Amino acid sequence: MKNEKNLAPRPGFVLDVDRTSPPVLFHHGDTFKLEKLPVGRSRVIYPPEPLEGLRDPDGAIRHALENPIGDSEPLSALLRPDMKLTIAFDDISLPLPPMRRPDIRQRIIEAVLDSAAEAGVDDVHLIAALAIHRRMTEDELRHAVGDRVYDAFAPSGRLYNHDAEDPDGMVVLGETPHGEDVQFSRRAAESDLVVYVNINLVSMDGGHKSTATGLSGYTGLRHHHNVHTMRNSTSFMDQENSELHASNWRMGKVIRDAGVKIFQIETTVNNNTFGRSGPLAVLQKREWEWSTRDRASFVAMQKGLDVMPSSARRQIFNAWEAPYEMTSVQAGEVEAVHKVTTENVYQQQIVEVEGQTDILTMGLPYISPYNVNSVMNPILVMCLGLGYFFNMYRGKPLVREGGVVIMSHPTPWEFHSVHHPSYIDFFEQVLADTTDPIEIERKYEKQFAEDEWYIHLYRNSYAYHGVHPFYMWYWGSHALEHLGRVIIVGGDSSAVQRLGFQSASTLPDALEMASDVVGPQPTITHMKNPPIFLADVK
Amino acid sequence: MKALEFRRNIPRYAAARLAGSFTPGRGSGVGPMRLVDADLPELPNQDWEIVKPRLSGICGSDLATIDGKSARYFEPLVSFPFIPGHEVVGDLQDGTRVVLEPVLGCVSRNLEPLCRPCQDGQLGNCEYVTFGDIGPGIQTGSCHDTGGGWSVAFAAHKSQLHPIEENLSDEAAVMVEPTACGVHAALNIGIDSEGTVTVIGSGTLGLVTISALRSYFPDVKILATARYPHQRSLAIDLGADIVVAPNEIKRAVRRMTKSRAISLSTDAGNVDRLTGGSDVVIDCVGSSESITDALSVTRPRGKIVLVGMPSVVNLELTPLWHREIQLVGAYTYGTETLMDGSNARTFDLAIDLVESAKLDRLVSAIYPLNRYQDALEHAASAGRRGAVKVAFDLRSEKERDLL
Repeated sequence: MKNEKNLAPRPGFVLDVDRTSPPVLFHHGDTFKLEKLPVGRSRVIYPPEPLEGLRDPDGAIRHALENPIGDSEPLSALLRPDMKLTIAFDDISLPLPPMRRPDIRQRIIEAVLDSAAEAGVDDVHLIAALAIHRRMTEDELRHAVGDRVYDAFAPSGRLYNHDAEDPDGMVVLGETPHGEDVQFSRRAAESDLVVYVNINLVSMDGGHKSTATGLSGYTGLRHHHNVHTMRNSTSFMDQENSELHASNWRMGKVIRDAGVKIFQIETTVNNNTFGRSGPLAVLQKREWEWSTRDRASFVAMQKGLDVMPSSARRQIFNAWEAPYEMTSVQAGEVEAVHKVTTENVYQQQIVEVEGQTDILTMGLPYISPYNVNSVMNPILVMCLGLGYFFNMYRGKPLVREGGVVIMSHPTPWEFHSVHHPSYIDFFEQVLADTTDPIEIERKYEKQFAEDEWYIHLYRNSYAYHGVHPFYMWYWGSHALEHLGRVIIVGGDSSAVQRLGFQSASTLPDALEMASDVVGPQPTITHMKNPPIFLADVK
Repeated sequence: MKALEFRRNIPRYAAARLAGSFTPGRGSGVGPMRLVDADLPELPNQDWEIVKPRLSGICGSDLATIDGKSARYFEPLVSFPFIPGHEVVGDLQDGTRVVLEPVLGCVSRNLEPLCRPCQDGQLGNCEYVTFGDIGPGIQTGSCHDTGGGWSVAFAAHKSQLHPIEENLSDEAAVMVEPTACGVHAALNIGIDSEGTVTVIGSGTLGLVTISALRSYFPDVKILATARYPHQRSLAIDLGADIVVAPNEIKRAVRRMTKSRAISLSTDAGNVDRLTGGSDVVIDCVGSSESITDALSVTRPRGKIVLVGMPSVVNLELTPLWHREIQLVGAYTYGTETLMDGSNARTFDLAIDLVESAKLDRLVSAIYPLNRYQDALEHAASAGRRGAVKVAFDLRSEKERDLL
C-alpha cells in the first residue's frame, strides 16, 4: 500500500558547478568538510528530497498482510493453531542509521504476532536473520522488535540471533543448477511458515536475498559472496544486472522447491536521514539554500566536533536515530512483493545522470552497514566507498573505466576488537601481503572462514564471522577492477597505504594526483550522499 | 698499525651509555673506543698466524659494547684493551683467503686436556676461556692478546681459520660467521621435520636464522617479525612463510597455529594470551620485550631459543613455569648433528648456506676504518636506514701491504 498524499518533494538534482556555487559539504567520517570544486567541469549529484511517509503505517501493515501480492493467501489464512511459525527479520545493518522507535520491524512483528495469536499459533520463533554478521545485543534487539515482543519471547529462548555455525541448527536444502549449496536455518526450514520482515533501504536488499542470505551460512554464502559474482554484478544495486541477485534467486527457488513456505513482508523508507529540522537537518539541505541559521548551526557543529576526541564524536553520531518514515509496505509472494518494493525504492532514490565522469568524489560518513555502534575501520571505509557508493548506479558506473575515485574519510588505523577481530587479522596479514581480491580469495579465505576462534567469537561474543572482512573486500572488487586509481583525502596515511590506495592531505592535492591518471582538466562528479540516491547513468 | 681499540675507562663508558641511549651507535664518539696506531700482536706460538682483514663486520654485540649496554657478565671474560671485530674475511701472509671462526677455545689456548665441550666439538661452550697462553676473551675481538678484526691485522690460531674458495666473494665470506650462529640456532630447535617456528627479529641474525631453518627444515612453517619493509621482503625471500610487524606477533601466531585466544578484558576479540602457540620461538633480538613476546607465543612445553644477545632484562616468568616452556641459549657454533645423524662443523655448513642462499646480499654498506663513527651509527640504525649488515672495508688500507 502506498501513500496517496503527494506534497511533491523535489527530485534529485545534478548541479553544474559555476562561480556562484557555494562550497559543497563533504561527509568526512564523524566530521565534515566544505570543499570548492573546480568551476566549469564539476557537477554535484543531490539526492531527491524525502518522500512523505505513510500517514497510518500500522493500518498500512494490516492492509498489506491481508491483501498480499502475487501467489499468496492472506497471512491470516496461512496461520493455524498446530503450526510451526518462524518470523525472521533484518538485523542491525538496516536501516542506516538506526531509525527512531518504533522501528518498522516492531510494528510489523506485533501485527504478525497479533494475527498468530488470533489463529491460536503457539510455536513461534523470532530470528534475527543476520547470516554471518555479528549477533545483536539485547538493547539492539529490543530496539528492533520492541520491549513487549522481546520480553514475551527472548526469556523463553524463542527470540534469538541466527547462528550460521550451529552444526545442529543448519541444514543444506539442496543445490542450484549452478552447483550452489543452499544452506538454511533448520528451524526456518522445518517451519510451516516463515514470515520475513524486511526494511529495504537500498535496492540491493530484500527479495530472495532476505532468506537465502540472511538465514544461511558460509556453506551457502561462498557461492555468491565472491569476487567472480561481485565483478559480474554491474551493479549489485541493479537486480537486472546483478549476479549476486541471480544466485540468490536460484537459491530462493531451491528453498521454495524444498517446501519452505515464505510470506515476505517488505517495506521502504524515505530519505529523511537527518531530519527536516533539528541539529543535523542541514546535512540534507542543498548548500545554496542554507539559511543564516543553517550556516551558524553548521559552523557551531563543526567547531564543536573539532575540539572533541574521536571517541566522543563517535558516541554522538552513534546515538543519532534517523527519523525515517515508512513509504510503502507490501506482503505476499517473494518475487512479486520485491518487484513492487524495488520500484518504491527507485521512486525515492533515482537520480538521472548524463554520462560518466573522469573523477568521482565522495565524502564517506561515519556509518556503514557493519559498524553500527562500532568503529569504522579501514576495511569498512573501502567497502563503503568502493562497494556501496561506487555501486549506487544503474546503467553504467558514474566514473569511467580507468577513472579515479577520491574518497574523503579519516580512515583511522582503528578496529573494534569485539566486533571485528578477524578484520584486524585481515588488515595485518592479508592486506600486508596483497590487495588483489582474487589472490586474497584463493590464498586466505578458507583459513579465515574455518578458524575456530573466529567461529567461537561469532557464536558466543559479538563478532562478525571470520570470513566477513573478505566479503567487504570483494564488495569493492568491481570498483578495483574498473578504476585507475583510488585516493583517500585526510586519511591515516599508513592505513591508506595498507589498503593499496594513495593518500592526499587535501582535495586539491588529490585532484592533482588524479590528473596523472586521467589527464589535465578532468571532469569531476561529486556524490552528495547520504541521504542515499541511486544514479541512473545514461 | 691502524686499529679501533676499546679501553677500560669507566667515565667514558658511562658517556657512551648516555650517548647511545639518545642515538644508537653514538657511543663510538664519546666512549672508550679510539682509532689508534696499535702494535702488531705477538704470535703466542708457531700455531698462530697474522690475518689481514679484508672485510670485518659490525655485530649487534659489538654495538652493545660500544654504546655501553653490554652485560657486566662479560667483564672477567675479556681482557683490556681489546680490538673488536669477529666477523672477518681476511688474508694470511701467504695470500690464502680465510674466514675466521673467532671462538677462543682450549685448542687455541694451548690447553691440554681439552675441556669437555671442546672434546665434543662444542667450541662455543668452552669452559676455559680465561685460561691458557692468551689472556681472557671468549672470542677474537674481546681478547687483548689476539687483536681483532677492526684493524689492519690481528693474530689467529690455525684452528680458527677456514680457507675459502675463490668463487666466494668477500661480501659472502664476511657473512659466514653470523650465518654460523643462525645455523647453530636452527639445528638446535629440537623439533622433527614439521612444526611451527617463530623468528623474532629480521636483522642479520634473524635473516640468517630464517635461511638456515628453511634450508634444514623445508616443511616447517616459519613466521617472522620484521620492523622494516626491506627486512620483510628479505625474510620472505629467505624462506619465511609469514612476516608480520612486531606488534602483530600474537595475532599472527594464533592464526598460524590455529590456536584460540584469551582476552584480559571484556574485549573478547583481543589477543592477550594464546591457548596454544608456536612449537619453537627463536628470539633474535634479546630484549625484555622480545623475550616477553616469545613467552606469550610459545606453546605449552614449547621451546624458546635465545640467539640475540640479551643483557639485563625484566621478565614475568609465570608463563614459563605454567606452560613448562624451555628457555635455552644459542651462542656461536661448533659441531652440529644433522637430521640424518651425521656431524658437521657449523662453519662448513654456514659456508655452504651463504653460497646457496646468496647471503652476500645482506651486506648493505661498507666503510673505511677512518669513518668508524659513521659506520657504527649506520650499523646501529641499519633497519631504519634500509640496511642489514654494515662492515669495515680494509682492502684499501696501505699498511696491509707492509705486513
